[in-house]
Amino acid sequence: MTEMSGADMVVQALVDLGVDTVFGYPGGAVLPIYDALFKHPTIKHILVRHEQAATHAAEGYARSTGKPGVVLVTSGPGATNAVTGITDALMDSIPMVVLTGQVSTALIGTDAFQECDTVGITRHCTKHNYLVMDPERLGPIMHEAFYIATHGRPGPVVIDIPKNVQVATGNYVIPEKIAHKSYRPQVEPDADAIAEAIALIAAAQRPVFYTGGGVINAGPDASAALRQLVSLTGAPITSTLMGLGAFPCDDPKWLGMLGMHGTYEANMAMNRADLIIAVGARFDDRVTGRLDAFAPEAKKIHIDIDRSSINKIVPIDVAVVADAGRALDALIAAWQDAGHKPRDLGEWWRRVDGWRATRCLDFPERKDDDADIMPQRAVKALFDATRGRDPIITTEVGQHQMWAAQHFGFSAPNRWLTSGGLGTMGYGFPAAVGAQIAHPGRLVICIAGEASLQMNIQEMGTVAQYRLPVKIFILNNEWMGMVRQWQELTYESRYSNSYSDSLPDFVKLADAYGWTGLRIDTLGQLEDGIRTMIETPGPVIVDCRVAQLANCFPMIPSGAAHTEMLLQPSDVTGTMDDEAKALV
Amino acid sequence: MKIKTEAGERHVLAVTVDNEAGILAKITGLFSARGYNIESLTVADISADHALSRITIVTSGPPAVIDQIIAQLDRLVPVHNVVDLADQGAHVEREIALVKVAGSGDKRIEALRMADVFRAKVVDTTLTSFIFEITGNSDKVDRFIALMRECGLVEVGRTGVVAIARGAEAV
Ligand SMILES: Cc1ncc(C[n+]2csc(CCOP(=O)(O)OP(=O)(O)O)c2C)c(N)n1
Ligand SMILES: [Mg+2]
Repeated sequence: MTEMSGADMVVQALVDLGVDTVFGYPGGAVLPIYDALFKHPTIKHILVRHEQAATHAAEGYARSTGKPGVVLVTSGPGATNAVTGITDALMDSIPMVVLTGQVSTALIGTDAFQECDTVGITRHCTKHNYLVMDPERLGPIMHEAFYIATHGRPGPVVIDIPKNVQVATGNYVIPEKIAHKSYRPQVEPDADAIAEAIALIAAAQRPVFYTGGGVINAGPDASAALRQLVSLTGAPITSTLMGLGAFPCDDPKWLGMLGMHGTYEANMAMNRADLIIAVGARFDDRVTGRLDAFAPEAKKIHIDIDRSSINKIVPIDVAVVADAGRALDALIAAWQDAGHKPRDLGEWWRRVDGWRATRCLDFPERKDDDADIMPQRAVKALFDATRGRDPIITTEVGQHQMWAAQHFGFSAPNRWLTSGGLGTMGYGFPAAVGAQIAHPGRLVICIAGEASLQMNIQEMGTVAQYRLPVKIFILNNEWMGMVRQWQELTYESRYSNSYSDSLPDFVKLADAYGWTGLRIDTLGQLEDGIRTMIETPGPVIVDCRVAQLANCFPMIPSGAAHTEMLLQPSDVTGTMDDEAKALV
Repeated sequence: MKIKTEAGERHVLAVTVDNEAGILAKITGLFSARGYNIESLTVADISADHALSRITIVTSGPPAVIDQIIAQLDRLVPVHNVVDLADQGAHVEREIALVKVAGSGDKRIEALRMADVFRAKVVDTTLTSFIFEITGNSDKVDRFIALMRECGLVEVGRTGVVAIARGAEAV
């Protein structure tokens, strides 16, 4: 116990908790904390250009390291600007602690300058939040907040700190044992549930693993355990957007991503399976398609750390509430103890291979040097050019995100950073900043759409300031392509407000910020352009012009079943009934 | 296209929470954000050190929704436990209403007679009004209030339901 100011306690707690980086933006209500940071050289503060970017950078940092991301913003507009990233972190289960300044306690509720009800506004977009009214509570709350953000299903925690609480002094107390009195997530799997699950897996004739971001959150060991279990059982495996990287894309058991823009083989396998083993995935509507047609013949095992995910959308036969890694370890041990051998799944694999033979990710293209670049080709070229460099890839939101998910291969966790649950345009670039800060020597590439990028493009200044070698690769189709695609499919091509008008000259913009900018116009320039991007030190923005009207296939249209995939443009009819239109 | 809704059954949930600022907003906000029903909600601090509150929620929904409500409540950080009293076998439910009736003559006499049948207490009276206090399950309170509407009802205040499982065990 030491007497110090609240602001010093905040910084001391960050040091004690092993925090090395804070993403933030100053303002009146956090000046005491900024002053305390000034005196603490061990914590690196990254000054962003917009608070939303601080939250996404913290997400990028967290997702690429497994450690919690930390954000510091001022009251009022600082806090409200952070709300999108906080919500994004909640939806994608990203550990994050956001410190917000607040007006002094005596002013709370008086509509004071830059006052907003931060705990009220963030109550439903945080895992938990606090308003600290007494500096003596700062120590325990800081430590508890990191515990809550990182234990159980990870998520964002907001600590709102009035300015007078930052200035006042008190004792800095580190709680002895940080076990919250009511928050005790169940981490260890129930042995009976594991036994039931193993019995189902051993008996299944058409099993498929369906895995998600929970495997990544459970740490690299969980991904390793997943590989082992898949190889022991011999079953095929697919994953959600958030789960990419947990299982190597070049393994023959890998079916690719499932869901709305998933592969034909992954969706058909889900539809025809007799057993689905869901691990750290939550049966999102983008994954299930029409619910009454979802996996009609399958029994379902669901491993999830969050009990509320179980039976939320799809009725489950065997529920295992546990950390994904622990549950996978237990399944492996139980499988081996029982002396199970993989069943002969030859018949099932023959069907899977039949679906694979549709080659659903193929796309039509011209091959001559002057040809327009198909966006899928650009992603494939990027993948080929970065093999062996173990890049970290972030994306914005839209068609380019889906093409990246389909055509860029991942073989290890924490390399793929994308906004899944909230689908936040403006996520990818700041997330790349956060990942690059955490991994200064790594190749970090943001695959962006020209529209999404503009949502946080101001962060070019941050990158310049910290000399980060971030690469932005824009798949510039001059459209909000995903919106245009839906308008084509659902609204008879009435392209209402989906054209990316008045785009900046991205190369000149690069120049303005002291970056390198380059433009790729034709297929013949693609490989060289990518090579130049990779080999150029420092930040590079690539304006890669791609075929403007390409659409992302395969696609399960809104309200359709896994078996009703559109595989190519000619499958599209261009109209949809109201029931389908109303589904998201 | 028309929007469809699903019918459900009534459940009484007893939720033990940390007695901290904002917890009620958190819980009611969860219900509104996820589209769950609240028929009634009562809350009061129940521990000697004022650290815990018990919230009694009457809700309705299909079984899967009730399961979700319980799981969603249970994962909130300040929530200690959630008990569906319907799962606990028999339980006792009580609600108090204060019912003000104004009038004179036959209606006034009728009101008093009915109050007697319902074992409602008179807690205030003037020459032209009564306030009755009635305690019972919600059904009984509903029925009493319905009858009072015929006898000059002018105002009602209800507490909402509190409930507890029968027998020696605590939830
Ligand atoms: C903040 C935000 N606003 C709106 C949307 C809806 N939306 C989804 S994709 C998209 C278009 C994205 O365009 P672009 O970044 O150019 O990507 P493309 O689809 O063309 O690859 C829009 C507007 C969103 N996801 N996020
Ligand atoms: Mg675009």
